[in-house]
Amino acid sequence: MSSKRLRDFLCARYELGALKAMVSHKTVPHHRHSFWYYWGGVTLLLIGIQIASGVLLLLYYRPSAQEAFASVRFIMTKVQFGWLVRSVHAWAANLAIFSAMVHLASVFFLKAYRPPRELTWVTGVCLLFLLMGFGFTGYLLPWNTLAFFATKVGTEIAGIVPGVGPVMQVFLRGGSDVGDVTLTRFFWLHIMILPLGLMGLMGLHVLMVQLQGMSQPLSVREERTIPFFPNFFLRDLVAWAMVLGVVLSVSVYWPATLGEQADPFGPTPAGIEPEWYFLWMFQTLKLFPGHILGIEGELIAVGLTGVAGLALMLVPWWDRPAREGKSHWLVTVAGIIGLAYVIGMTGYAVWIGRHP
Amino acid sequence: MMCPREPISRRQFLWGALKAGVLAFCGAALYPILRYLTPPRGSEASVSSTVAGKVGELAANSAKIFRFGNRPGLLVNTPDGQLKAFSAVCTHLNCTVQYGAENSVIWCACHNGKFDLNGQVISGPPPRPLEAYQVNIRGEDIVVSKAS
Ligand code: HEM
Ligand code: FES
Repeated sequence: MSSKRLRDFLCARYELGALKAMVSHKTVPHHRHSFWYYWGGVTLLLIGIQIASGVLLLLYYRPSAQEAFASVRFIMTKVQFGWLVRSVHAWAANLAIFSAMVHLASVFFLKAYRPPRELTWVTGVCLLFLLMGFGFTGYLLPWNTLAFFATKVGTEIAGIVPGVGPVMQVFLRGGSDVGDVTLTRFFWLHIMILPLGLMGLMGLHVLMVQLQGMSQPLSVREERTIPFFPNFFLRDLVAWAMVLGVVLSVSVYWPATLGEQADPFGPTPAGIEPEWYFLWMFQTLKLFPGHILGIEGELIAVGLTGVAGLALMLVPWWDRPAREGKSHWLVTVAGIIGLAYVIGMTGYAVWIGRHP
Repeated sequence: MMCPREPISRRQFLWGALKAGVLAFCGAALYPILRYLTPPRGSEASVSSTVAGKVGELAANSAKIFRFGNRPGLLVNTPDGQLKAFSAVCTHLNCTVQYGAENSVIWCACHNGKFDLNGQVISGPPPRPLEAYQVNIRGEDIVVSKAS
């Protein structure tokens, strides 16, 4: 069937005019901060890459303590292009979290969360947490020493949270210790529960953006826009091509490593670390003393992290000036301090890791 | 007891009954799911004593990790030849400790926690001493048991 006949066939049966009208009316503000508008789309592409490469990995990966490590080694050494698929999955996971963070920060500093876009912001923050959940659960799947002990520590930290902590810990571990059952649960979360949540939240997030369009930053006076299709869409494609190039290059030049198979009855080696996006929390935890005023130090550190997460989620409500269309320097400074803390602590943790 | 109340209309009553029904349905659906997600007990046999090694296996000032149920334990032969056993699970965040023969301390590599040969914290973030076990010799075997 030629494409015209296919189009006629579909148009005779479905109301496609509305869709076409929506696409042709959509515009995107065009100004000196436009660069930041690409990061949402880049995150979307990277998540697409995750789904594609993850589905491929599933063909050979085996989720059990006995077989997981050997199956990943099999993927890396025997399966044709297996090393590439796994490396792409590992790299794009990190890049997706990075680009989601950049996207979030740019939305914060452009104050695009102000009414009526509060819920777009909230779903965005939830998406970032969800991506971190993907990273946390995926990290354990190869069942190597580093991942095994990082998961022990990570789930122990989850257990510190007052009230729900111990329940959550048993739920994640599937028992009182990290073991075979933990791997089953992490696999289940990683390939079933989190993807379902991701689809739902991502659908909502993108739908809300479509319904409301892009906001005009407060600091931008002139109201110049460009059509989404084809102008912005083509620019998006260029960004995607570049990101795809980056993902493939880093995967080829620095393929994912595997380390050694986890031994639950071996001592923990030095240098156990979570993935880089958890490092700042990990470093905060390390710097807290055992006890502060009789309270366990970790409890305070975990509590503060929880408060920070909640504050991030509720930005559209506590930034009152922005609700009235005003930009307050204090909010921007708070954002800069938060960002500097995360970057600084991450850098410090990396530095400490290199110079013990 | 009679309370002076507005009589409820049939519509309000049915609406309330519907809401209660939906709520009850959600509860009935969620309860088994939540129970299902909770791992069953008893799948982890709790062990109260185990053979950690053979007499003479450990030189003075050395240690080994042994299995205690499904957790690791640490059997230490101190520099003066005393056998001691502890849980090898660091009281900080659950890493597995090891023995540092150079300075005769029990060391946790995760956050540099250090314990002395009685399991007491010397330095670092661990909040509590290591759980100590009893060591008994039974023939050739070094038997480690939980202090009851
Ligand atoms: C944004 C979404 C995702 C993130 C951030 C993510 C992250 C990760 C990470 C960090 C690993 C460990 C990589 C390694 O060291 O090998 C991993 C492994 C894995 N992931 Fe994902 N993943 C995502 C989505 C998916 C999806 C959608 C699937 C499949 C439906 C999937 C399937 C797998 C499998 C089977 C493994 C184990 C194989 C291996 O470790 O090489 N992932 N994932
Ligand atoms: S887990 Fe042992 S010092 Fe942190």
